[in-house]
Amino acid sequence: MTLPFEVWFFFEVVLNGLFTGTMYSLVALGFVLIFKASGVFNFAQGIMVLFAALNFVGFIEMGLHPLLAGAITIAIMIALAYAVEGLVLRHLVNQAPIILFMSTIGIAFFLEGFGEFIWGGDVHALDVGIPDGAWFVGDMMIQQFDVSQAVIAAVLVGVLAAFFTYTRIGRALRAVADDHQAALSVGIPLNQIWVIVWAVAGMVALVAGIIWGARLGVQFSLSIIALKALPVLILGGFTSVPGAIIGGLIIGTGEKLAEIYGAPAFESLVEATTGVDSISFGGVEEWFAYVLAMIFLFFRPQGLFGDRIIERV
Amino acid sequence: MFYREAGIFKTSYAADQALFRIPIDKLFVIGLIAFAFIVIPLVGNEYWLGSILIPTLILSIAALGLNILTGYCGQLSLGTGAFMAAGAFMAYKLATNMEGMPIILVILLGGVSSAAIGVAFGLPSLRIKGFYLAVTTLAAQFFLLWLFQKVPWFVNYSMSGVPTAPPREAFGYLVTGAEASSTARYIFVLGFTVVLGLLASNLVRGRIGRMWMAIRDMDIAAELIGIKPLQTKLSAFAVSSFYCGVAGALWSFCYINTVEASAFDINRSFTVLFMVIIGGLGSILGAFLGAFFIFLLPIFLNSAPAWIGLSIASETIAHVEFMVFGALIVFFLIVEPAGLARLWGITKEKLRLWPFPY
Repeated sequence: MTLPFEVWFFFEVVLNGLFTGTMYSLVALGFVLIFKASGVFNFAQGIMVLFAALNFVGFIEMGLHPLLAGAITIAIMIALAYAVEGLVLRHLVNQAPIILFMSTIGIAFFLEGFGEFIWGGDVHALDVGIPDGAWFVGDMMIQQFDVSQAVIAAVLVGVLAAFFTYTRIGRALRAVADDHQAALSVGIPLNQIWVIVWAVAGMVALVAGIIWGARLGVQFSLSIIALKALPVLILGGFTSVPGAIIGGLIIGTGEKLAEIYGAPAFESLVEATTGVDSISFGGVEEWFAYVLAMIFLFFRPQGLFGDRIIERV
Repeated sequence: MFYREAGIFKTSYAADQALFRIPIDKLFVIGLIAFAFIVIPLVGNEYWLGSILIPTLILSIAALGLNILTGYCGQLSLGTGAFMAAGAFMAYKLATNMEGMPIILVILLGGVSSAAIGVAFGLPSLRIKGFYLAVTTLAAQFFLLWLFQKVPWFVNYSMSGVPTAPPREAFGYLVTGAEASSTARYIFVLGFTVVLGLLASNLVRGRIGRMWMAIRDMDIAAELIGIKPLQTKLSAFAVSSFYCGVAGALWSFCYINTVEASAFDINRSFTVLFMVIIGGLGSILGAFLGAFFIFLLPIFLNSAPAWIGLSIASETIAHVEFMVFGALIVFFLIVEPAGLARLWGITKEKLRLWPFPY
């Protein structure tokens, strides 16, 4: 094909954004799982990504096989789920959502300190053998890494969907998400369900942590990037799994486009109107997602796929 | 308790709603303020005044602001840091471009411009509630800080991008900038804290405060009894951002002595939110207790191992500090979700009956 270079470049930017978006989606997925089942807005999800990755990389550095390290980390995340349920959530039943939210921030602080206390605060490189070459389609470069990451994310979502649809536990989870009291009344143990969703969210965090860690190194900034999952949730709706994925893709693409095309355009606009040269508007990525989510909320407060908010006096 | 409340009878509605319903309370508060103004500057040293009391008082102002918005009006905000930054940068622009303007007016105007920005970012609250609103305030947090960092106009095209706070005098004493003595800065900050604290406690027990609380408790019901959500929510955003703006201006001018965006990042927002939650949502006293607790706790954790003769690597301390901090927050939420102010109330109730609780 003989498309001009600019067009290829545009495709590359979009594709890049989509891949970044899958990462946001992975973190957002963890949020949605917990929010649906327990109504807790889990701020610690970002730290859980870091914590899982830290454990994983720590065990590998001790010389363990990656599969074994993964298994141990999963065991740790399950133990964490039990601890969170038994030590925190159980004692905060019936509290206002903001209190539960604050308690997860407390958990986030604890995990951050705990993870770095055990494994140290350095940046850990992580190599799990994801291919790192590039393909060329026309003038467009596609990182193999990005593709494998998207495939992993897709598989994960598929497995989760199957888990929710076909297993007994999955059905129980959906029942709890629909209506706590009705679920209780047919004999579904709520506490056990909470442990399960936290454990599942922990495993999702592990996958996200491995992929992100392999790309950026396992370091504290992972948890800050994870904050981006919040606008993703807003866009998709707090209660919707497909919403988390599509929201992630929209945000990922949108912020890459804004960074590459929006910021220079705005710079030249400022230069033309005020004559002030050389102001750099780079770093639009930092806030674009949040502002997009805010504008979006004006028109659809419940998000793209969220349940309609019905209020009664 | 140290005193009894028996025998104090209120004969009018006004007396029942007074700021201090018991005369001895009034004396106690006046005594406390006098102590803070006179005794503490005399006995305090550079470290205590400059590194502990000044920042804690400033953060109390910010916590008051956030408490008005979150505790009294029920609108969760994660953008406190951004509103503080707005106050700091606007005050800096005013102080440097209008040399003769009194510093008190500069800081108040910094708060006013922050209030205007707060209203703009409060607009979504009319359609959005709860955590959705929290995310839109995150938009304020990241967008405003980015703006202050990227547009050189805000720092007067300073080369380093981190200008120092200009030295200014109030009542003949140098109160801002690195040259000012910590005592002068402390008194200056304390003045703001006391005035704003009294103002806040009067606001929340008046008509406007009751409107905020009605909106918080159930906005639809409040609307039905004739409270306009638009004005009420936006006024809460305005007042809250004003407090945060003043706190931010003081933080830059009297504490860190530089005007920089990185002092007001997302962690600052969370710190202030912690203060409000741990201190007690919807309590003026709670804002102060929370500020002292949250600000002093890391300092205590940092120096405690040295006191008992343990020597630990500073990196390890930092990590353990995070753990203990997180665990304590969870612990406090479990023990008393209504915060330190409620704990204080319970203690008072118990002492009132002591030593004959039955």
